[in-house]
Amino acid sequence: MSQRKRLSASQNKAANQRSKAESDDEEDAFTQPSLSQVQRAKESFTPIQIDRKVAEVVQFILIKDQRKVPIRRADIAKHVIKEYRAIHQDIMKRVIHTFDQVFGLKLVEIDPKSHLYILVNKLEALPEEPVSLIPANPKHGLLFTILSVIFMKGGVVKEALVWGFLKKLRVDPGERHDIFGDVKKLVTDEFVRQKYLEYVRIPHTEPMEFELRWGVRADKEINKMKLLEIVGKLFDQEPSSWTQQYREATAAGSQSQSQR
Amino acid sequence: MARPMGDSHRRFLQTIMSNGIIDGSQAKALHKHCCDVAGANYSQDRLDEFIDVINLHLQPMFMHIRKGMSEEDGLQYYALVNTAETEVTRMSSDYADNELELFRKIMDLVAESDNGTASSTDILNCGDALLSKKLKKKETEQVLNKFVQNKWLTEKHGEYSLSTRCIMEMEPYLRTIYQDLLKNCHVCDNIAFQCQMCENPDCGIRMHLPCVARYFRGRSDPHCPACNEFWPHEIPEMHRPLASQSQPSSAKENTAPRSTPLTSQGRRSGRRL
Repeated sequence: MSQRKRLSASQNKAANQRSKAESDDEEDAFTQPSLSQVQRAKESFTPIQIDRKVAEVVQFILIKDQRKVPIRRADIAKHVIKEYRAIHQDIMKRVIHTFDQVFGLKLVEIDPKSHLYILVNKLEALPEEPVSLIPANPKHGLLFTILSVIFMKGGVVKEALVWGFLKKLRVDPGERHDIFGDVKKLVTDEFVRQKYLEYVRIPHTEPMEFELRWGVRADKEINKMKLLEIVGKLFDQEPSSWTQQYREATAAGSQSQSQR
Repeated sequence: MARPMGDSHRRFLQTIMSNGIIDGSQAKALHKHCCDVAGANYSQDRLDEFIDVINLHLQPMFMHIRKGMSEEDGLQYYALVNTAETEVTRMSSDYADNELELFRKIMDLVAESDNGTASSTDILNCGDALLSKKLKKKETEQVLNKFVQNKWLTEKHGEYSLSTRCIMEMEPYLRTIYQDLLKNCHVCDNIAFQCQMCENPDCGIRMHLPCVARYFRGRSDPHCPACNEFWPHEIPEMHRPLASQSQPSSAKENTAPRSTPLTSQGRRSGRRL
């Protein structure tokens, strides 16, 4: 915890430096090869070898995605692409195409500086999915609850508010929970690493206070209108009665429509 | 490629991926659901064709939706399996080294047993003897629960056996490691763990319990289908109309993608018996 605080205190500077160093590092690894280099590389691998490499990258990303942790381009290069580096662009193009055409998933770069990727579902989640087939993950129930609170409170909340809310649901962040274990760690560490949440120190607070927002993955994966409809059912109100949230949900909906 | 995939196929694939394995009736319901949602043509008896389209596109990724039979209830299941490098490492993203070592020990126990099970007592003792990092009894129990939850093992009255998913997914690996210990079922020609064995030492064929039930149904005086010796085991009752489960096709399809030469050898010797 103390480390996190220290980090976030000088966060901006350090993060900038780090991501710069990282991206420099990776740029080196991915220096644009010249056309003739690419040509030569293509000739030195058989089509079957290249097919196999594409399959390996797809499997690697699928396995990594099971943990929902963003995938670093450098890791793909280091662990899978290796000596095929000169044609990595061709390989990644085919990987992206495969995810799109076969799996209905989209490989999204969420951070162009450090080249982080996540897999986002292109098929809309449907409430009427055969229930027995959806693996029940209780953590997602908790996550959805927290995302709802943040959304309904205008997009950003102090962490104390979330802890208070969870306590009312008998999930006390101060105690070990039977299912969630260390709730505070799950929320501020696991969900943050998975990019569902952002957990940031509020500047100039003493003692330090933190706030929670939606992470990039939540933005890409969670349908705000569906969320609003569920909250509406809970409160027995029309979704449109929350004007600001409704406007945001409508805007988000049309945006994702155009992306699909 | 002959037939392109649509969103109905993609949704079906995604659901199988997140479940690992689904049973035949779930697959039927899911097939209908996916076609309905995507506004695609649906016809009840086209499930296998529907899956063939997906498999055609999965093939370059070394994946395959495979049809198999459960050793317990004889029902059909569909699982997504890897057709290359099917090793325990496939699970490694979810498990620690000592947990994987425990799993290998459990597979040893199961493969060496006569009836395809390992008792919880024996497994708990294994946890104590791990080389990577010992597991306490309590921890071993937790890991065992995790294996069951993630559908790698099944448990019945303190006896653990390899799940349908585990067998379907790891068959090539199992055949490589336990080539001398494993035999195929005489009826369906698939690998047989939970089974009955002919007690004639020169014969010793194995049959899955559901296959036994199916084969001897209505026969008062059961004899081994290979050596004609009396079949001394109790014939299990299967309370489902198993015949309607289209047994021949399951037997055939389960063995679809086999790559290693070892497995084809295994199959040949299975037939010779």
